[in-house]
Amino acid sequence: MNVPTMAEMMAQGKQPEVLFWVGCAGSFDDRAKKITKAFVKILNKAKVDFAVLGTEESCTGDPAKRAGNEFLFQMQAMTNIEILNAYEVKKIVTACPHCFNTLKNEYPELGGTYEVVHHTELLKSLLDEGRLTIEGGKFKGKRITFHDPCYLGRANDVYEAPRELIQKLDVELVEMKRCKTNGLCCGAGGAQMFKEPEKGTKDINVERTEDALEVSPNIIATGCPFCNTMMTDGVKAKDKENEIEVLDIAELIANAEDL
Amino acid sequence: MNYIDNIVFAVLIFLGIGFFVKNIKKLTRNIKLGKHIDRTDNSNERWKNMAMVALGQSKMVKRPVAGILHILVYVGFIIINIEVVEIIIDGLFGTHRVLSFLGGIYNFLIGLFEILALLVLVAVIVFWLRRMVVRIPRFWNKEMKGFPKNDALNILYFEMVLMSLFLIMNATDVHFQSMNFGNPISQFLVPIFDGFSAESLHVIERVAWWLHIAGILVFLNYLYYSKHLHILLAFPNTYYANLNAKGKFNNLESVTNEVKLMMDPSADPFAAPVEDDNETPEKFGASDVTDLNWVQLMNAYTCTECGRCTSSCPANLTGKELSPRAIMMKTRDRLEEIGENINKNGKFVDDNKQLLNDYITPEEIWACTSCNACVEECPVNIDPLSIILDMRRYLVMEQSAASPELNMMMTNIENNGAPWQYNQMDRLNWKDE
Repeated sequence: MNVPTMAEMMAQGKQPEVLFWVGCAGSFDDRAKKITKAFVKILNKAKVDFAVLGTEESCTGDPAKRAGNEFLFQMQAMTNIEILNAYEVKKIVTACPHCFNTLKNEYPELGGTYEVVHHTELLKSLLDEGRLTIEGGKFKGKRITFHDPCYLGRANDVYEAPRELIQKLDVELVEMKRCKTNGLCCGAGGAQMFKEPEKGTKDINVERTEDALEVSPNIIATGCPFCNTMMTDGVKAKDKENEIEVLDIAELIANAEDL
Repeated sequence: MNYIDNIVFAVLIFLGIGFFVKNIKKLTRNIKLGKHIDRTDNSNERWKNMAMVALGQSKMVKRPVAGILHILVYVGFIIINIEVVEIIIDGLFGTHRVLSFLGGIYNFLIGLFEILALLVLVAVIVFWLRRMVVRIPRFWNKEMKGFPKNDALNILYFEMVLMSLFLIMNATDVHFQSMNFGNPISQFLVPIFDGFSAESLHVIERVAWWLHIAGILVFLNYLYYSKHLHILLAFPNTYYANLNAKGKFNNLESVTNEVKLMMDPSADPFAAPVEDDNETPEKFGASDVTDLNWVQLMNAYTCTECGRCTSSCPANLTGKELSPRAIMMKTRDRLEEIGENINKNGKFVDDNKQLLNDYITPEEIWACTSCNACVEECPVNIDPLSIILDMRRYLVMEQSAASPELNMMMTNIENNGAPWQYNQMDRLNWKDE
């Protein structure tokens, strides 16, 4: 797998077209690593000139900020911005809506202004430019529902790019009752991923999984490593893991053609 | 002696409007207790926002039944109030239907008002049924007990009575009915009063007229004490609403300054801090309403407790303590308490209370997923999430009161640049796995 780092690129005097911001989940979480690899396979196939920061990447600070620790957030942000600016990064793509939102919206005021896109947006533009072709392959005819990640949808109004990609797979895209602007959170946002939920009557991911089960999909698609974990757990809680797969859009596209 | 009516009327109007102005002054003073925030940029977009969301009710109709009924009440309310102009002139100068010289146009307008009055009456009755018979869950959350519940009902009853008085007033106006034009609704009420003497009809008409205007004045003054202030505040509230992407949380400037200093290799860590006696050290985040900004406080007064936010909140839907509507209601209650304190003492005297803990518990604050559903839902662009975040900031940065798991997550970020305990040097290992 060809994954150049910014340091290697710089040593060769090259500047990649886009920096792939892998994110902590994409780097360390076993499930999310599969998404990372699927996305890299697509980038390689489409011959996108990209690089990663590798060991120079650090948490964007999103969970710290949302937990209320503005100090830690800004420390992380400024450290990252120093590195990004040193490499003269212009464009960033990430498969994590939390990284996406933070880099896009909260870094500029701290001195880090880049063109930031979510991986579904990049894939969509590759498709539009003819650099990428998507075929249904093994997913042809399947029922797929898309769970909107809050930090992609409501937070940044990206609703269509992921859906257009799914539709290219020759599948049946079915919408949950609560979708797009009315989409229900998976329960992981706002640093909830890293803590036990408060006392309640139900877990949020189960509530959301029930929304998905109502439209009886074969696959629940999402575009966020945390949503992926939450929905996967929800499907397990409902004993449906043998019937329903939870996949990232990058995985759908990569797996469709057995990349 | 003929002038007694006019004098009583003038006094009534003077008191009604005077008391209202006094309350509005209190309201603006309380809102100004909030911290400064500049929301004067992008005035074009702001006007557009206000035109669409407040005037055009664009977010109301996302729930079509309530939305369309609300538009009926809203349009009816605004248009029927044109009638008040005539009532005031008649009252002050002892005239009767002074604008009727307009002829056909006048009757057309009154006819329109009558139709609208009926529509408002129907809409308000449906609202009542939705609350009390259908019992839509968002009207029955636990923050809706006691005054908030009665408040909502009072407003509905008020509107029912006002609309009925308007129609009765027209129905018992013998001269008006004799023209038989502009009375598309009230003509059907006339038979009720069959057999009444001219004298009693006149009395009923006068009583309805007086109660109608008195009712309007009472309603005007009820606003400040009720959730109904949205009819005024929806406009500034949508104008001054956040225009940024919803995912963008503000970066605290005070923190930026400190972090820059910490990261500046040329800064002298042992330099004595610059003393400034006039400046109290800034508090990070919010523990009381005066730590919030004025837009957040205006949000609290604007909230009409419809509960769309709470009914879409993932935490609330799964039985957690958090209700975004309750966050707004509690913020307002605390702000009112501080306002009363200032009224009584001339200035704020510490009452050993705060918004945090005395009104809003940390349990509520920590249940939020920051998903922005509440912000998206609010028909008047209230932002409960910003208050929740400011209170988290206080809990974490002033009180170090995050849960052990969150502290672990933050320690990991600090030590190894990821929320989990993985070595930063292993960040690219996935490539070869």
